[in-house]
Amino acid sequence: MKAELQFDFIVDEAKSTITVKREFAAKRKLVWDCYTKSELLDRWFAPKPLTTKTSFMDFNEGGHWLYAMVEPNGTEYWGRMDYQSIQPIDHYTSLDGFCDSTGALNPDLPRSKWNVTFTDRAAHTVVETVVHYSSPEALQQVINMGMKEGLTSTLARLDELLAVLH
Amino acid sequence: MFHALSDPTRRSVIARLGSGDATITELAEPFGLGLPTFLKHIKVLESSGLIASEKVGRVRTCKLQRDNLTAAQQWFDEQRALWENRYENLDNLLSTLKGKEDES
Repeated sequence: MKAELQFDFIVDEAKSTITVKREFAAKRKLVWDCYTKSELLDRWFAPKPLTTKTSFMDFNEGGHWLYAMVEPNGTEYWGRMDYQSIQPIDHYTSLDGFCDSTGALNPDLPRSKWNVTFTDRAAHTVVETVVHYSSPEALQQVINMGMKEGLTSTLARLDELLAVLH
Repeated sequence: MFHALSDPTRRSVIARLGSGDATITELAEPFGLGLPTFLKHIKVLESSGLIASEKVGRVRTCKLQRDNLTAAQQWFDEQRALWENRYENLDNLLSTLKGKEDES
């Protein structure tokens, strides 16, 4: 149904970046709102079957979003997005990190820098998100953590479940 | 592993080993680097677990350790699935919000 909407996912190992580019069938102001208002973020940010829960939001330079992605069994994965620069409705940069429910960052895991750009394409909007890790070692650390436990294994289980259902 | 893959010479070595095992001499040949410099790259690849090497007589042969490459690839596939899934949610939210705008 959404096949006509552009989606690119590019890993650049030399630069330690993941670039995600996606087109949306909506005006830029509406897409911007969905990225920057917590009551809207709560309705899409976590991949199914997880849900999103906001504990605190201050979308201003120097402010942050404290959120959890929650598994159906109640397990919570807390994250904290610190906003660095904001140019409504064109661009923002932020730092995404792992934390606990109080917002205290996990010092053992690196944060990634998000560079998010919104552009018009006729009546649609294209959002480009560049997720940048500080070094190849930092990216490796996050991969090692992800491979062991947590969110990615939930998604893998979901894929398995879908394969069985089909 | 990503430190190992962040260098173009090392990525070329990985690509070459993807089509079969090769000796150090064969691997070094296209690069025109001195042997000590080239051996440093091989050491980085070995310590990252991406390749293994074995010396028989005077010849050292390298081979790809595919399982370790697969682990990283799997993580990237899962990240891709995460973003696809998340953006399907956003498509649905946007069409709900647009419907409300049209009513008002």
